[in-house]
Amino acid sequence: MDPIKKYFHNIWLGIYTILIGMRITFSHLFVRAVTIQYPDERLQLPERERNRLFVNIDDCIGCDQCVRACPVDCIYLETIKAVPGDIVGRTGVTSNGKKKALFVPTFTIDIAKCCYCQLCVFPCPTECIYMTDVFEFTEYERGKLVYEFTDMTPEQVIEKKQKLEQYQKEQEEKKAAAAKAAAEDKAKASAEVKTDPLAGESK
Amino acid sequence: MLEFLQHLFGEHNILVYIIMTLPPLVFMIVFALAAVLLERKVSAHMQDRLGPMRVGYHGLIQTVADILKLLQKEIITPATADKKLYILAPFVVFIGSFGAYACIPFSSQYIGSAISLGLFFIIAISSLAPVGLMMAGWGSDNKYSLYGAIRSVAQIVSYEIPTVLVILTIVVLIGSINLQDIVKAQSGWFWNWYIFGGPGGWGKVITIPFIGIAFLIYIIASLAETNRTPFDIPEAESELVAGYHTEYSGMMFAFFFLSEYANMFAVSAIAAALFFGGWQSPFGDAIPFLNNPWMQVFWFVFKGLVFIFLQMWLRWTLPRLRVDQLMYVCWKVLTPFAFIDLLIVGLYAVLR
Amino acid sequence: MPEIKTEELIVNMGPQHPSTHGVLRLEVKLNGEVVDDVIPHLGYLHRCFEKHAEQMTYPQVIPYVDRIDYVAAMNNEFGYVLACEKLMGIQVPERVEYIRVIMAELQRIASHLVAIGTYGNDIGAFTPFLYYFRDREKILELFEITCGARLLYNYMWIGGLSHDIPHNFIEKTKQFTKYMRPMIKEVNDLLCYNKIFVERTANIGILPADVAINAGASGPTLRGSGVNFDLRKDDPYSIYDRFNFKVCVGDGEMGTVGDCWDRNMVRCNEMVEALNIIDQAVEQIPDGDIASAIPKRIKPPVGEIYFRTETPKGELGYYIISDGSQNPFRVKVRPPTFCNLSLVPAISRGYMLADLVAILGSVDIVLGEVDR
Repeated sequence: MDPIKKYFHNIWLGIYTILIGMRITFSHLFVRAVTIQYPDERLQLPERERNRLFVNIDDCIGCDQCVRACPVDCIYLETIKAVPGDIVGRTGVTSNGKKKALFVPTFTIDIAKCCYCQLCVFPCPTECIYMTDVFEFTEYERGKLVYEFTDMTPEQVIEKKQKLEQYQKEQEEKKAAAAKAAAEDKAKASAEVKTDPLAGESK
Repeated sequence: MLEFLQHLFGEHNILVYIIMTLPPLVFMIVFALAAVLLERKVSAHMQDRLGPMRVGYHGLIQTVADILKLLQKEIITPATADKKLYILAPFVVFIGSFGAYACIPFSSQYIGSAISLGLFFIIAISSLAPVGLMMAGWGSDNKYSLYGAIRSVAQIVSYEIPTVLVILTIVVLIGSINLQDIVKAQSGWFWNWYIFGGPGGWGKVITIPFIGIAFLIYIIASLAETNRTPFDIPEAESELVAGYHTEYSGMMFAFFFLSEYANMFAVSAIAAALFFGGWQSPFGDAIPFLNNPWMQVFWFVFKGLVFIFLQMWLRWTLPRLRVDQLMYVCWKVLTPFAFIDLLIVGLYAVLR
Repeated sequence: MPEIKTEELIVNMGPQHPSTHGVLRLEVKLNGEVVDDVIPHLGYLHRCFEKHAEQMTYPQVIPYVDRIDYVAAMNNEFGYVLACEKLMGIQVPERVEYIRVIMAELQRIASHLVAIGTYGNDIGAFTPFLYYFRDREKILELFEITCGARLLYNYMWIGGLSHDIPHNFIEKTKQFTKYMRPMIKEVNDLLCYNKIFVERTANIGILPADVAINAGASGPTLRGSGVNFDLRKDDPYSIYDRFNFKVCVGDGEMGTVGDCWDRNMVRCNEMVEALNIIDQAVEQIPDGDIASAIPKRIKPPVGEIYFRTETPKGELGYYIISDGSQNPFRVKVRPPTFCNLSLVPAISRGYMLADLVAILGSVDIVLGEVDR
């Protein structure tokens, strides 16, 4: 008798569970849809949202911490030392008072490589690199996804480089002159020691 | 309508017959467009989402956009495919689906062809569809298509048996296979419909549970006839990519789609005609406005749409049955019950 | 009558297929409809994670660790961070421990939602997939307000966390757990107890307990065969010993013990247990500073460690060898799905092609983890 009972039980179970399932789907016909009609309506993104990177180049002191923190090497940074007396940027200091000592002629971020991990944001001492909530930045060409953040024109870059070279040359010359002067002084001093018998004894 | 046209154009004019075939064709095309959209919207709202919303108001002309897209697609024929079979297959399937509309009464004044063998003709011509599917599967020269086509043919051919037995159950009560006669016999208020036992006195109450079981069997078998979930093994995406229509693109694919929805409506129409009174209004002759021929078309289409909705509802609720479980359901569950039903209802029909 | 010549048919469920969860190639030898042998071909998603890790510093490895099992990123980070902390001997504050457990359990629920949803999709039920993804959106929103990302977080750091939880997090989590319990029950009624689903998955892919243990299976695959082994109870790490939760084990309710239905049901029950853990953790969470134990420079002493945690897929193990510098010398990952996938050929012999899809879905593989 058991297989026959099982047969009818299976049929009954089939119909019953199907009807339960149908009731659930039917009740969902009257539930409001959860879809948001993008791009007419947009979600309000939370404040900690991490999408595209942005660099406030006025605050960048060129310390290289973000480059070292990035796991995929998407940040590229070049610096030129500032000659003393030269003002970096508009004011020479960052927004929280640090004095800037480096020009930044190149600050490129390849946003196509970026893995949005936020590891570059934390080490920055001036909080100039941070993640915004912009996520609609598609381009037609891949080259356009390499973002350049610097605000120095190529002429300025050449000018600053030349200034640095000149300064370094001057420093070298000064050092050489100072070294020569020191050597002459030493030679004169030793010559005086040789000619003055009293000076050597009073030592 | 036939008499009206014959009066207009003269007897046996070829124009009369061509005009008589037009309404179902136009209806089928319009219906297929609407049904695709209805399916997408119904499925979307059951799944808490919105469906097409962009094309037209709330996506109403989405299917027109789809058809335009399919029309301008390139028809790719695989190099090793059997060209004749490959090209002919969608047409054969279309004929199989459309041919059934010849004997379905849309109203008391319109039936495509008033032969006395209505239902028999419908069953016969919708058996042309598996032939087309087999041609599609074999002609595509693709392992997966062949698998899909074989399974589909096995499924359709097996599920015709319970379908025919259930149809016989109703036919036995009437005595005629012509659908127009069956619908005319259910005139009056809605308790004269066969789902409630059919016309007759209080003695018919004893047949109500059996006719109810017959109706259930018919619904399940019709799902299998049209390859809908839970019996959509031939189109199972996750196993065979797309089954027998994997290799079709553009308008040929649209043909398969069109014939599937046409078949769905044909099957729903038969269910409505057999069990729910076809084009009869549920209020009978009490409200004559609701019973004029144009309103009858409305009632008929409305009942068909209810069953279409039922089929879509089932599709989005149930998982798929495996092939051998499908066969088990057909041969070991549906057929015995259909037989017993036929015997009991036949006994009642003889004894009343 | 002459003998009909039959031969084996080799069907390729290629790398691009709707139901292999990712780029997995399965070479299936069929005899009619019955599967004779299954040979998985892996490596389509190999990204050289272990080689990369040798060039990175320890904190820089964490975004890479996220991407091993991209569906359950928090659990991956959890294991790695605990391994490094044990190597360095750092003790993190209580608040950090509680937040980590809450995040790991939320991620467990999210991963199981994907697993069960896509499993229903493979079987042919399209609706539970969408219901579960709607619920998963709520979990991802919780993660988004905390760390800003929805899928790959870089949240758990060595010695602490990157951000503290925002002020409305606890409230939202409580709302979520209240919301989720009836949803799980609804989809259970719609999918798991549906007779057609039961027919498709019960008595299919039966995995005996001894075969599972010998092959190194873990997670719901192992527990579905009746083996009561959960790393959170048998080898507790972090503060899991303070919480009261059941280990979900398959019991053959609809068929035999160890079939696909059991594995699926273990996942459904684990979601309920995870909700229990979250409720308890949210009650007990203390105040504190989440960044106080993060060292300035992460240079573990010379040594090696193998640390294992219970992720939604099973036992994820990290074997880290440190040579005293800032970069690890070797990070080896023991992925649970790789070992579970090796069971698929053994348990699918004799079943049909449609069953193979069901078995593969019940083992719940994520190719990012299989190939690393």
